Amino acid sequence: MASISLRGIVKRYGSGPKATAVIHGLDAEIGEGEFVVIVGPSGCGKSTLLRMVAGLEEVSGGQIVFCTAAGERVVNEVEPAERDIAMVFQNYALYPHMSVYDNMAYGLKIAKLPKDEIRQRVEKAARILELGGLLERRPRQLSGGQRQRVAMGRAIVRQPEVFLFDEPLSNLDAKLRAQTRLEIQKLHAELGVTSLFVTHDQVEAMTLAQRMIVMNGGRMEQFGTPEAVYARPATTFVASFIGSPPMNLLTGRLGPRATFVTDAGVRLALPGAAPVAGEGERILGVRPEHLGVAHGEPAAGEARWTLKVEVVEMLGAERLVHGRLGDVDGAAAPASVVQATAPGSLFTVRLDASEHSPRAGEVLPLRVLAERLHWFDPSSQRRLDD
Amino acid sequence: MIERRPALTVLSHLVLVLGVLIVAFPIYLTFIASTHTAQDIVQAPMSLWPGGHALDNYWAALTGTGEGGGSNAPVGRMMLVSLVCALVITVGKITISLLSAFAVVYFRFPLRGLCFWAIFVTLMLPVEVRIGPTYQVVADLGLLNTYAGLTVPLIASATATFLFRQFFLTVPDELVEASRIDGAGPMRFFIDTLVPLSATSIAALFVIQFIYGWNQYLWPLLATTSEDMYPVVIGIKRMIAGGDAAVGWNLVMATAILAMLPPALVVILMQKWFVKGLVDTEK
Repeated sequence: MASISLRGIVKRYGSGPKATAVIHGLDAEIGEGEFVVIVGPSGCGKSTLLRMVAGLEEVSGGQIVFCTAAGERVVNEVEPAERDIAMVFQNYALYPHMSVYDNMAYGLKIAKLPKDEIRQRVEKAARILELGGLLERRPRQLSGGQRQRVAMGRAIVRQPEVFLFDEPLSNLDAKLRAQTRLEIQKLHAELGVTSLFVTHDQVEAMTLAQRMIVMNGGRMEQFGTPEAVYARPATTFVASFIGSPPMNLLTGRLGPRATFVTDAGVRLALPGAAPVAGEGERILGVRPEHLGVAHGEPAAGEARWTLKVEVVEMLGAERLVHGRLGDVDGAAAPASVVQATAPGSLFTVRLDASEHSPRAGEVLPLRVLAERLHWFDPSSQRRLDD
Repeated sequence: MIERRPALTVLSHLVLVLGVLIVAFPIYLTFIASTHTAQDIVQAPMSLWPGGHALDNYWAALTGTGEGGGSNAPVGRMMLVSLVCALVITVGKITISLLSAFAVVYFRFPLRGLCFWAIFVTLMLPVEVRIGPTYQVVADLGLLNTYAGLTVPLIASATATFLFRQFFLTVPDELVEASRIDGAGPMRFFIDTLVPLSATSIAALFVIQFIYGWNQYLWPLLATTSEDMYPVVIGIKRMIAGGDAAVGWNLVMATAILAMLPPALVVILMQKWFVKGLVDTEK
């Protein structure tokens, strides 16, 4: 088993003045046996990073180091086959003309392992992945889920130091994806191999990761456990990328007497002191699921906002209520509120569907808790209380 | 388009039957002629029913014991020469095209684009155009009347290279990467993955190139002077003596039938693969 250090990784395409950098100096330490998910929107460089670890892309700067029991090894110039890794591709990349057995055994045959051992390893992998009856089939005779399992089998039989997954679930339908997610988790618990998993799906990232790297525009925005990333997003990007629906972000100024004045001029009462004292520009974030409908008098550490409902979406267990925030005086007509991430979008609240059924036009009193508010610096977009 | 009108059915069948007759009648005539004696053929009108000398004629043609006015070289030997040439040309063309397409698609080397276009441009230079210089080269190398002389100048093929290049471009990159991770080097990838994937294209090309090789006429006409290196197509020509000499038409016709057989066999036996190679690709 290996741990991986990424030290100042840079990736540039082209050379000279025309070079475009897609990864700008990324540092991360991935522990032995850890399952790390790299998540980000398309084009953020997450697949490129994984392919550099695999050795399929050249590293333009920095070092990729694999640390094993045998010692540290800089693998920048090492061929993929000699890095002791296995990779599962998005479209599985099974050899179409080989049987399932041969697909799994191919790498071992090239490594010149004895026939008995190859058979043993393949059969064991087939047992783990429930591919027993399919070994003689060709890939095109298999369903998407089965192909996916063969691709994983091909990775398992190599008994690598590191597993690399490049969006392996994105070609599966929703139900199969959820099921395979569990299988991958089970597999990791069983084999305990260091794994890097790339995805653009935040649900996959949250459910699979022991720690996750959130990437945007070739930079690492945050590296932490799913709990930490959710509870204390390091930047506004992470705040809006992780969590569904995304966090409400309001740009504005911290005013006197515990008020926040949004750019649209709406004054909001704050439930407590802002973490960084003094007046000034701030971005205030609050997750839709952390707001509730208020009853009675506000308790300590609690403030009241009002929301004029415009659209209600029914999701089954929950309702998403979209609307505009009202001024602190309440009596005034609700003014428009601009969100930081998507100007003009509505403020969203997630409510239990069985308890509340607001209608469009209704004014909903909201309960806001101090510990549920996130504060960001508008110039750096970074979290203020880190 | 499916239409159910009896008149249309009759008409379309009529056209088809007519087409078949136009193509098949000369072949039938050739076959009939090959079963008569030379004297019977020259009598007008020639019989349209098989005669009783089929075995004699074919045996005479194969062994070269006929008494025609032209060349009487044994056709058996010519068939062998033709077969060897056609096979060498076909296998050579496929091998070289596969390798050059592999190089052009999968390797980044200086002047790669130029190499590809150089190959592509030779499409415009068929054997007939460059036949003079080619003859000079082959003659200077002392390759006249050899298998090498008959085949090597015909082996390079831009068409096949282009076909394989287009096919390789459709093979997903992930397969190359999976092979690299599995530890397969370039040649290993080529042999274990690329060639099996190209099997249907190879089969289609085999059929086309075998017929091309078998039917070569102009080049063997120049490159061979001795009877024991005649391909069968040339043999037919040489059997027809010029001037007043009597021509053993029955043997010429028997030879023609014999010359038709191998390409026909290749097409019939490989038909399934041939169609598959042109229609679908297994990926």
